[in-house]
Amino acid sequence: MSDLGIRESSLTGGLGQSPLRPDGIAKSEGAYEFSSDLSADNMLIGKTLRSPHQHARIVSIDTAPALAITGVHRIITADDVPGKPTYGLISSDQPVFAADVVRYIGEPIAAVVADDEDICARAIEAIEVVYEVLPALADARLAKDPNTPSIHPDGNVIREQNVVTGDLSVVGDVIVEDHYSIGMQDQAFLGLESALAIPDEDRAGVECHVATQWLHEDLGQVAACLDLPTSAVRLVLGGVGGAFGGREDLSLQVHVCLLALATGRPVKMHYSRSESFLGHVHRHPAEIWMRHHATSEGILVKIEAEFVFDGGAYASTSSAVLVNAVTHAQGPYRCENAEVKGIAVRTNNLPCGAMRGFGVVQACFAHERQMDLLAQACGLDPLEIRRRNAMSTGDRLITGQVVESVAPVSEIIEGLSRMPFPEGAGAVEQHPYEMPGGAGNTTRPGDVVRGIGYGLSIKNLMYSEAFDDYSTARCQLRDGIVTLKFATAEVGQGFITIAPQIARSTLGLEEVELDAIDTNVGSAGSTSASRQTWMSGGAVEAACLRVRELVYQHVATTQGTDPLVYAIDGAELVNTSTGDRRPMTEVVVGLEFDEEVEYRHRPTVPLDENGQGDCHTAFAFVGHRAVVDVDIELGLVRVVEMSTVQDVGRALNPLSVTGQIEGGIAQGLGLALMEEIIQRDGRIMNPSFTDYLIPTIADMPPVVAELIEIPDPQAPMGAKGVGEPPTISSTPAVISAVQDAMNTAYGSAPHLRRVPLQPSDVAKTVNAGLGD
Amino acid sequence: MCVPVAHPQSIEQLTALLRDEPKTVLLAGGTDLMVALNHGSQRIGPDELVVSLKEVPELSIIEVDHVQRLLRIGAGVNWDELLGAPVDTLAPCLTQAARTVGSHQIRTAGTIGGNIATASPAGDGVCALVALGAVAVLTSPEGQRRVAVEDVATGPKRSVLANDEFIESIEMPIVDGWQGYSKIGTRNAMVISVAGVAVVLSADSNSCRIALGSVGPTVMLADNASTFAGDSIDWTNKEISADSLERISELVRQVASPIDDHRSTATYRSHSVGVLARRLIERGLQEMRNSI
Ligand SMILES: Cc1cc2nc3c(=O)[nH]c(=O)nc-3n(C[C@H](O)[C@H](O)[C@H](O)COP(=O)(O)OP(=O)(O)OC[C@H]3O[C@@H](n4cnc5c(N)ncnc54)[C@H](O)[C@@H]3O)c2cc1C
Repeated sequence: MSDLGIRESSLTGGLGQSPLRPDGIAKSEGAYEFSSDLSADNMLIGKTLRSPHQHARIVSIDTAPALAITGVHRIITADDVPGKPTYGLISSDQPVFAADVVRYIGEPIAAVVADDEDICARAIEAIEVVYEVLPALADARLAKDPNTPSIHPDGNVIREQNVVTGDLSVVGDVIVEDHYSIGMQDQAFLGLESALAIPDEDRAGVECHVATQWLHEDLGQVAACLDLPTSAVRLVLGGVGGAFGGREDLSLQVHVCLLALATGRPVKMHYSRSESFLGHVHRHPAEIWMRHHATSEGILVKIEAEFVFDGGAYASTSSAVLVNAVTHAQGPYRCENAEVKGIAVRTNNLPCGAMRGFGVVQACFAHERQMDLLAQACGLDPLEIRRRNAMSTGDRLITGQVVESVAPVSEIIEGLSRMPFPEGAGAVEQHPYEMPGGAGNTTRPGDVVRGIGYGLSIKNLMYSEAFDDYSTARCQLRDGIVTLKFATAEVGQGFITIAPQIARSTLGLEEVELDAIDTNVGSAGSTSASRQTWMSGGAVEAACLRVRELVYQHVATTQGTDPLVYAIDGAELVNTSTGDRRPMTEVVVGLEFDEEVEYRHRPTVPLDENGQGDCHTAFAFVGHRAVVDVDIELGLVRVVEMSTVQDVGRALNPLSVTGQIEGGIAQGLGLALMEEIIQRDGRIMNPSFTDYLIPTIADMPPVVAELIEIPDPQAPMGAKGVGEPPTISSTPAVISAVQDAMNTAYGSAPHLRRVPLQPSDVAKTVNAGLGD
Repeated sequence: MCVPVAHPQSIEQLTALLRDEPKTVLLAGGTDLMVALNHGSQRIGPDELVVSLKEVPELSIIEVDHVQRLLRIGAGVNWDELLGAPVDTLAPCLTQAARTVGSHQIRTAGTIGGNIATASPAGDGVCALVALGAVAVLTSPEGQRRVAVEDVATGPKRSVLANDEFIESIEMPIVDGWQGYSKIGTRNAMVISVAGVAVVLSADSNSCRIALGSVGPTVMLADNASTFAGDSIDWTNKEISADSLERISELVRQVASPIDDHRSTATYRSHSVGVLARRLIERGLQEMRNSI
């Protein structure tokens, strides 16, 4: 901490410490108000009618029978949208309500507002919609065929982006290739979509309390659909119970505001778990082919890859997800020559968009499986092949961009190689429930083989491709109290803990208050892309620095000194030329300042047609090691331990970093072993937590984490984003460990190529009848 | 949703209600019923009365009849109560099955009677009871009848229970020997069975009963495999040949008639019940040998 001159003992709750979350106790006591707990006097309930068909023309909608039900106030359809009929994050291609055509099962067609939930449910059933069912496009590979009829006026191809560089004629001494696929993962946030809209008295505007990731983006889209000026719409952050990308797109925002304006009464909408699966975008299922060329020593000389991303019915952020995948195809490894092709297409499946890792998860699974294959082919240890190819600061990516971020890939590998191993399978007295199969009591020590696997990744931080990415923060000083105002969505990541820490350390004042998180201040950008500590943290720091500057100037004027001699040390103001110290609480008596700052990261540029350009802002790196016990005959896996070494720049709040690491690993483990939305003809077969499985405490192993703290010169306070990396390479590490166990037991077992892993993928090693 | 709920205080009151009310829906722990209502796959009609079984004391008995060597468990006994004495020593495979059920919250709400009446092929308790040779005691205004547990369900969500009939208790023999239950799910806890097997090895009668879950429309007794196992085990030395074990696996796989669904594939289910049956018998014989 010496770089900031902070004496930790003298300031409580500053940077580098782990103060408790302001909402932590309320959350653990169940007292915290999530958006689903919101209510207002005189409140009505809204509910959405959704398409039962993957692809159909709407012939007619008859709302009369539903309106006749006592207690039903209004029913709205596409005809009732006063403004823009469509919305979307990148292209505005998704209807608020389907007007003529439905493109996926679950697409909103109408919304009902009624006295209560039961009446809503009956009204929804009573609405008569006549459909003419159209042939559905369910296969992403078919969608890219130019002969396939378009399912959307914008066409079936959302984006094609290749990355081509170097000498493509290069051929390696060693070549490995395979096809990989990733199933559709859900964000599975626990706090379901919900919002409360309160119309202004004169119905000329509306206030909407909503759980979201980006208030201002919602504001712009909602106001356009409502045909209201943005000044007439106020968005207030409702208590958010997790997000993980699933709240970047609008879900019920426009619907609930329309219903409130139509009735002149507060309206609440609240999705059930099964509706939530239909109400937000998911992680893209992807089909990936990769071919790696290397010298006989295992040095990468060329990478070839093809990505097909199924974007579902609407574009959402598919184009940006695709760019992340193709530009991260090499992983954290040097390689000069590459031919990477990528396409994201529309289908009549569930729309896909942002989820923690954003395209890099898919790429990383494939490149890490490939690195394992390459290690095998070159007769090298999996860590050695990675060591030989490890990227470092100053290396050029396949996009031509030079990695200026601190890139401690070798340090990560060294860190992983030093980590001690947990005791071997059977070495300790294991309870049967600590075996693969867990509480199912299937397995005994003799059935188990241990495996070890690794995964490494590189992840871009912040927004890319010339996006004007900024965040706004305001710092007010009054009566010795610092008040911070920002619109940064707190979705659980802990910005409301970090922001006061930044203010305390910058100003040497411990009393920091947070104003409401709403649209009464400029945009903070999205809580995504691992960007808020950097962006909103940067904005808070900059606003606090301005206030600090004003304090220095004030003191300098009254003391007749140069403002440059002052510094903050802990909770004290120091005159660095005299060594005099005064508590900041005394210094600021009677002072009032109010500063607002927009913080921007350095500009980025779009990619050209060969995928060349400095499109990303910065990068973070991480490595994972999984130790697993596998019951090969039954295909059951128990993850024994996950270890990780993560490049964090600087841990501003070590406990928060640990939280992100453990949670991210749980999500990565989930994708590896169980999490998948299974669609059959566009219908979700497992729309509940009975069958959409997420890891429980019995699945989550101990996590051993080591942080690499090399402050990044470009990052405010030296801190890199830490939210996404834990999710990304934990998945391939688990799969690699399972593969290692299979190879240990049976020499060369079938190569694992798909997540989530099915027990039969493993068990087919012993029973060929279970093969594809 | 708001519906009236009747709370009979005795078997007598319960039976009278079932006689007098034209249409009733029984509610025990509600861990199946409430899920079905919330999902809309089941509804309470305006002419239906919900009858809670919670306050009928006779339904929560656990009785041991040492003379007849019988264990009698009330239908309203919850999973948590099956984890401890006396069930854990007298019917350990039922305890093992109970431990695999849901989470702590589900285990303190859900009942063994509800598990049988729900008629799911994935019912963990049912599988253990079938291997134990348990009998369900069904009571209605017309009287009582006893039905082998494997014959209560006639298909998924279908059973022999009449509208005015309820499960009062379950009776099972106290078997000297060994018993075990294993279940496969794709996570380590709180998961619906993809395949389940219960095995009871009886040293009293030198016989074996193997029950299979999630591999057919109902939990089933693997008759041929059970008979073959009983005949091929060397009961004196508690041993069995590798060939016989393989044959048992095969017979189990043959009788299984699973489906492909979102939880698993038919081939994996067949494979895994074969493996589990073999492992349980091996495990049982070994533990019996160790305890000689
Ligand atoms: C999260 C979760 C996890 C679960 N995990 C498992 C699991 O791992 N394994 C498993 O087997 N099950 C599981 N279940 C299902 C359920 O918990 C069990 O089937 C439970 O035993 C049902 O008992 P209950 O008392 O809750 O039944 P209820 O829901 O009260 O009733 C279920 C049905 O049985 C009828 N019924 C109840 N009692 C009687 C009676 N005495 N006579 C006649 N009919 C009766 C009811 O009318 C209703 O139709 C799970 C459920 C949930 C919600």
